[in-house]
Amino acid sequence: MKRIEHATAAAAFIADEPRTDWHDETLWFVRQKRDKAAHGLPEWEQLREWASQIKDHTLSNLDNYLLQFEAHAKANGITVHWAADGAEHNQIIHDIIRKNSIQKIVKSKSMLTEECHLNEYLQHKGIEVVDTDLGERIVQFRKEPPSHIVLPAIHLKKQDVSETFHEHLHTEKGNNDPQYLTEAARQHLRNKFIESELAITGVNFAVAETGGFVVCTNEGNADMGSHAASIHIACMGFEKIIPKAEHLGVFLRLLARSATGQPITTYSSHFQKPKQGQQMHIVIVDNGRSKQLGRADFRNSLKCIRCAACFNTCPVYRRSGGHSYHTSTAGPIGSILNPNIDMKANADLPFASTLCGSCTNVCPVKINIHEQLWKWRQVIVEEGYAATGKKISMKGMAFVLAKPGLYRFAGKAGRWVMRLFPFLLNNKMNPWYKQREMPAPPKQSFRDWYLKNNK
Amino acid sequence: MMKVGLFIPCYIDQFYPQVGIATLQLLEKMGCDVSFPLNQTCCGQPMANSGFAALSKGCDKNFVANFKGYDYIVAPSGSCVLHIKEHLKDEQHPGEAATIRNTIYELTEFLTDVLKVEQLDASFPYKVGLHNSCHGQRGLHLSSMSELVAPVFSKPEKLLSLVKGLQLSKPARVDECCGFGGTFCVFEEAVSVKMGKDRIKEHAANEVEYITGADTSCLMHMEGILKRNGSKVKTIHIAEILNGNHS
Repeated sequence: MKRIEHATAAAAFIADEPRTDWHDETLWFVRQKRDKAAHGLPEWEQLREWASQIKDHTLSNLDNYLLQFEAHAKANGITVHWAADGAEHNQIIHDIIRKNSIQKIVKSKSMLTEECHLNEYLQHKGIEVVDTDLGERIVQFRKEPPSHIVLPAIHLKKQDVSETFHEHLHTEKGNNDPQYLTEAARQHLRNKFIESELAITGVNFAVAETGGFVVCTNEGNADMGSHAASIHIACMGFEKIIPKAEHLGVFLRLLARSATGQPITTYSSHFQKPKQGQQMHIVIVDNGRSKQLGRADFRNSLKCIRCAACFNTCPVYRRSGGHSYHTSTAGPIGSILNPNIDMKANADLPFASTLCGSCTNVCPVKINIHEQLWKWRQVIVEEGYAATGKKISMKGMAFVLAKPGLYRFAGKAGRWVMRLFPFLLNNKMNPWYKQREMPAPPKQSFRDWYLKNNK
Repeated sequence: MMKVGLFIPCYIDQFYPQVGIATLQLLEKMGCDVSFPLNQTCCGQPMANSGFAALSKGCDKNFVANFKGYDYIVAPSGSCVLHIKEHLKDEQHPGEAATIRNTIYELTEFLTDVLKVEQLDASFPYKVGLHNSCHGQRGLHLSSMSELVAPVFSKPEKLLSLVKGLQLSKPARVDECCGFGGTFCVFEEAVSVKMGKDRIKEHAANEVEYITGADTSCLMHMEGILKRNGSKVKTIHIAEILNGNHS
């Protein structure tokens, strides 16, 4: 499939302006809830600092903590698997499914399986996975990827959901009542849980000192799935590790407040060991993370706890929608994670930002997101992934601006041209002019005025 | 008397000379010995923000050659000042480059933190909306930021409060970006314009006659949209308000 660049996809999104306004306002509402929750804690900035330091420390000692976690998890009776990339991750899960002759699978709360494209992989093998979180289920019915890592169906209105449910769950046509639609999803999913033999979940925090892990959800589907099924597979990127259980006191306070403005998610489920007769597996995935860890300028992007606060505050994300980022993790954090995985395919993403810096300010683990966007731009150009037209115009600009005489000549000529032939610049080929007037060219530059009037 | 080197960013020099004039006059009124180095061009930010920082070496060299030897360097643009502070390098003159990085100021922070201005002879009897430009705000900390749990302050707002007759208002989202973003404004034209329109809408809801701010680039972007849509709302750089008697 040919990739559509962010700018092009965003323009298509904005073409429906009322819908763009609705998308922007909905996510801004979440940002406001986040602000209210943050401002309710006088120690907020201290919590961010602690979270940042714990994650920095963990990343610097990752090998030790991962091995510690593995040893404790094994001692608890959990089977631990290591996956170098998405393909290995999918293979491991498929092997477990095959060995146990599983037919019915439910899944909850895992962006990692989206990153590894697990659903498509298993589908090719003739195996269906039912996503059980409401938003995930909606986009799964529609064969769309999630547009947001916490609110996967945030690009859809209740009318869209009603149509989708009418088609797949045979709800009344035109009934847009959220309670009616949610109830229909609940009845549908309840059966899937009861029938399920295997449950896949994500991991929010894996605790090295205990070998246990925590999954944060609002709908409780991770619990329903893992309690009902005889096999529980939890998938985690290796950066999910934290050293001690007491550190949850920092991260659980930050996560939900940053994500949705809730003091805590409805469920913070601690998994320690399999219950009797159950298998519990953990798949620990690298998939490019160790490469990112080796990039000095970008390693601290691995501190991310996937709260999506940077999505909700980003003025570009709110007006372009998650699908315009053409990756499983959109938004500002996606734009610094994805070039590491495939620089060529994602070369447009670090440019989908005004570098306003709001993302960095809301980040609960203090990732310097906007500075990394700037640095990725340099790397992408250096590695030769900039468009040729851009390269030529930048070289021309740099050449003129480094030479004061040439700059003054070009400025004078430019202003003269603009005054006499405004149609040359004021045309559709000039993206500035499409929806904006050019500044009126003055007769003289400041320097001209200064020479005449000052000294 | 402190020696101030006046840095007038290239697009202000070319398109908004009145902003440079107001800045110069204002600093002279405050008793500074101001000179405008005649061979200055650009800080190099347009290249660097587009990923071509490697191409801005010529600009860096020229900047250092023009601005060494001053007590302070002052510019009416938070964005260009931030770029110099964060990225100015000159391998032949590392000491001079470091001094420049540490002595360059955006105009409102210079007035507030160095000159400690407490009164102004200026009047501007209009309804004015303040636009907080991101690089000045989040980069140079010209004001507190809505995302952080920290005491509230604003250097531009404090200065505007000293102007007679000026009625200040703020948009509902006090510090959302206007969408200019350097070359973002052309490479991401659709998002850029939509962001600008949304900022303007909030200012218009406050029935402002002017939108002001400390960065001409943001104002130029919003002015372009206002003019295209035939709006009566005008843009004006904060230096022009602080310098003048507009009654």
